Amino acid sequence: MALSDYLIFSAILFSISVAGIFLNRKNVIIILMSIELMLLAVNTNFIAFSYYLGDVAGQVFVFFILTVAAAEAAIGLAILIVLFRNKRTIDVEELDSLNG
Amino acid sequence: MFEDMQTVYIWIVLAPLIGAIIAGLFGKVVGRTGAHIAAIAGVAIAFILSLYVFKDIVIDGAQAFNGAVYTWLVSDGVRFEVGFLIDSLSAMMMVVVTFVSLMVHIYTIGYMKDDDGYQRFFSYIALFTFSMLMLVMSNNFLQLFFGWEAVGLVSYLLIGFWYKKPTAIYANLKAFLVNRVGDFGFLLGIAAVLMYFGSLDYATVFNNVDKVNNLTMSIIPNQDWSVITVICILLFIGAMGKSAQIPLHVWLPDSMEGPTPISALIHAATMVTAGIYMVARMSPLFELSTTALSFVMVIGATTALFMGMLGLVQNDIKRVIAYSTLSQLGYMTVALGASAYGAAVFHLMTHAFFKALLFLGAGAVIIAMHHEQDMRKMGGLRKYLPITWFTSMIGSLALIGTPGFAGFFSKDSIIEAVGHSTIPGASYAYFAVLAGVFITALYSFRLYFMVFHGKERMDEHTRSHLHEPSWVVTLPLILLAIPSVVIGYLYVDSMAFGNFFGDAIFVLPQHDVLGEVAKMFAGASSIAWAMMLHSVFTLPFWLAASGVATAWFLYMKRPDIPAVIQQRFSLIYTILINKYGFDRFNEIVFAGGSRAIGKICWRYFDVKLIDTFVINGSAKTVGWVSLILRRMQTGYLYTYAFAMIVGLCGLLLIFVYPLK
Amino acid sequence: MNPEINIAQYITYVFAAFSLASALMVITAKNPVQAALALVLTFFLSAGIWLTLEAEFLAITLVLVYVGAVMVLFLFVVMMLDINMAQLRAGFIRYLPIGLLVAVLLAVLLIMVVGPAHFGLEQFAAPTRHAADYSNVRELGRVMYTVYVYPFEIASVILLVAIIAAIALTLRRRPDTKRQDPTQQIAVKRADRMRVVDMKAEAKK
Repeated sequence: MALSDYLIFSAILFSISVAGIFLNRKNVIIILMSIELMLLAVNTNFIAFSYYLGDVAGQVFVFFILTVAAAEAAIGLAILIVLFRNKRTIDVEELDSLNG
Repeated sequence: MFEDMQTVYIWIVLAPLIGAIIAGLFGKVVGRTGAHIAAIAGVAIAFILSLYVFKDIVIDGAQAFNGAVYTWLVSDGVRFEVGFLIDSLSAMMMVVVTFVSLMVHIYTIGYMKDDDGYQRFFSYIALFTFSMLMLVMSNNFLQLFFGWEAVGLVSYLLIGFWYKKPTAIYANLKAFLVNRVGDFGFLLGIAAVLMYFGSLDYATVFNNVDKVNNLTMSIIPNQDWSVITVICILLFIGAMGKSAQIPLHVWLPDSMEGPTPISALIHAATMVTAGIYMVARMSPLFELSTTALSFVMVIGATTALFMGMLGLVQNDIKRVIAYSTLSQLGYMTVALGASAYGAAVFHLMTHAFFKALLFLGAGAVIIAMHHEQDMRKMGGLRKYLPITWFTSMIGSLALIGTPGFAGFFSKDSIIEAVGHSTIPGASYAYFAVLAGVFITALYSFRLYFMVFHGKERMDEHTRSHLHEPSWVVTLPLILLAIPSVVIGYLYVDSMAFGNFFGDAIFVLPQHDVLGEVAKMFAGASSIAWAMMLHSVFTLPFWLAASGVATAWFLYMKRPDIPAVIQQRFSLIYTILINKYGFDRFNEIVFAGGSRAIGKICWRYFDVKLIDTFVINGSAKTVGWVSLILRRMQTGYLYTYAFAMIVGLCGLLLIFVYPLK
Repeated sequence: MNPEINIAQYITYVFAAFSLASALMVITAKNPVQAALALVLTFFLSAGIWLTLEAEFLAITLVLVYVGAVMVLFLFVVMMLDINMAQLRAGFIRYLPIGLLVAVLLAVLLIMVVGPAHFGLEQFAAPTRHAADYSNVRELGRVMYTVYVYPFEIASVILLVAIIAAIALTLRRRPDTKRQDPTQQIAVKRADRMRVVDMKAEAKK
């Protein structure tokens, strides 16, 4: 197994999540899930490099990313709930109050 | 008397300024009398202190003073200072300036007594005295330039003193614009000095002149010009504007639109000689460039001869004297070109006295004639205005160089010096100054005869009111007449040929024409006497005499002949009356050309380019861009995500296919 | 080639393939619940890949934290909200081509960058595997509590902030909810609860 195999895997995973953002442009929940997928791809890159370079620091980074991602997910979902409570929808296209 | 000479110098400058401020800003408070007392007191203090400085420097032989009194600013190692350089040259100039100024101040009380702008006028002439003193006392180029521009400003204000008169406004605008041309050259010259010498201080520049002597510069590619020559010619262009040399002379005749006292003070005696003074002061630079000296000489000679000829056809009494001034300035310039700086400054001094005298005399005539300036309506004024007649005669005799009078010594020194000069253009200049002598005598005595002798051509009403003006007018005439007679005799030995100026003027040994002239009189105990005795055998004397005789014949004996000549030589007359077409040329080429360029700029650059394209165009572009940007700012998350991804793809593309 | 490594390699490929497939399911699922479950699967399979990279601790953490906590949170939210899925999926087909185009373009470019030409075995040789008694947790802990101790503390603060933020955002007081107020309960007086009423004794009938 070469390093490039893992990198290609995460590249494809990343592209899929990008596509996910475009395809589910209305659904905030799926967009949040796509972002989690992106982070997963990034984390996989970190771990692959950590393994191939023999440096455990990469795993420490992943640890922190997981922490922050968990926090992000928690806050994101909290915002989503508040949003739904106020607007009765999670359609992104309805969230255009900032659009003058 | 004074412990510290520096204090004296400062007060010489400040006294007229204080007078000007009192007369100008508080004119309403102090009234007419208060204004003229303040201005005259200021100038009188300056005059008395100048006399003291003159005694200290010239008679007691004190060390020349050179020092800064105030540092204005220091930028990149270059100091901009207010400083004084007081040596025999500036001491002499100070005395001349303050004396003539004082005379004119007193005269003005009589001349302007009915004018509404009485206080304003006194404020201006006192301010002029201040500016002129700053100019001559300066020890650096920056202060020189300040004085230069300040006297130009006052000149502008005074030419247009009667600001309700359209011709006066036209004349002062013209003077201002023509002087701008000269000042532009002057400023470029100063900039070149700063660039090559790294200092604006006279002493520093003159001490380092050897380092720059052999440098060349190429403004046009492959054309190497000597730096010194370029600097000197640029500085001289400034002098051409201020001292009214061809082709920048056009403003001076028109400046006669101003009141006569300022014609005497500014446009005859002092300001217009600033250029001569400046070149004399810069003698260490000019000496090194024969090219520049030749240029100076040719310009001066042309002015001396051709401007004098214009005086022959003028009928306005002031304009005749104005052209005479141009011609005499030409003489001084020729002397500068011949390296006879002493003679030039000497002529400057004598000319200041007798020309101020002539102008004030003309002013007295004008007052007596109820502001009539046409000589054809005068005549026979001798018996009505005896003092004016007598002093004007002295002035005219001095002007044409009658042996014994002031003008004789200075002008003959110049002619002799030019005769000994060997630089290119000297023979042309010699011819021009000799011919000029005849012309000078002719127009001077044409004026004299037309005004004071012959038939009385004024109307009956004017004749019945003719009387000598009050003492404030005649006193300055008498006081100016005295130096017009004696000053030449007193100073010709030391100023023109002696060591009067000491280190102030520098002449290379091979250019020492005055030394050559002095050798002619070697052995005589007094050059003045030798010159007078010798003059009978020289060409200038007989030329002057024949000029007077011609004038007498044409305007006294046979007054009908001038009209015949005028018809016979109508082409020449037309050329002269049109002043060689300089005005017309300037009108069409410069003024018309500027207007045409302005029109083109307005129509194409302003309307099309700036208004349509730049101003409205930029507004339209901003509106158009923001319209697109507004579309892009949808406020939707995926739009921004899309933009980010496109940017990422772009970066990756650059990474994959690196830009060569 | 060592057959043991071959098996590990195949396992990795299988995990990767299923992982990508389930990731596709995440973005194409009609129902958000299905999407969340597919995401869980993706995380599980990725954790398997991480195991082959000797990141055992993080693989377990991924399962515990993401699958156990975050994904459950997702499911919870999805099920709690009354979402009109038909409306949210409108335009999915319309944007399919451009989404695919961008994704494929991005994938191709990324693969060109990270492909074997730059990160192959020649550039990065496969490291020797650690012995069986090697503890990834110990190694990670050693670094985490020495070199990265301050970032570790900060991460804990971030988590605390997240907790507070999530609660503060979603906390809502409904006026009609019946709540107990312990302060009031404790501070209760006899007079609040009991009223002594004077009344005449009544004769027994």
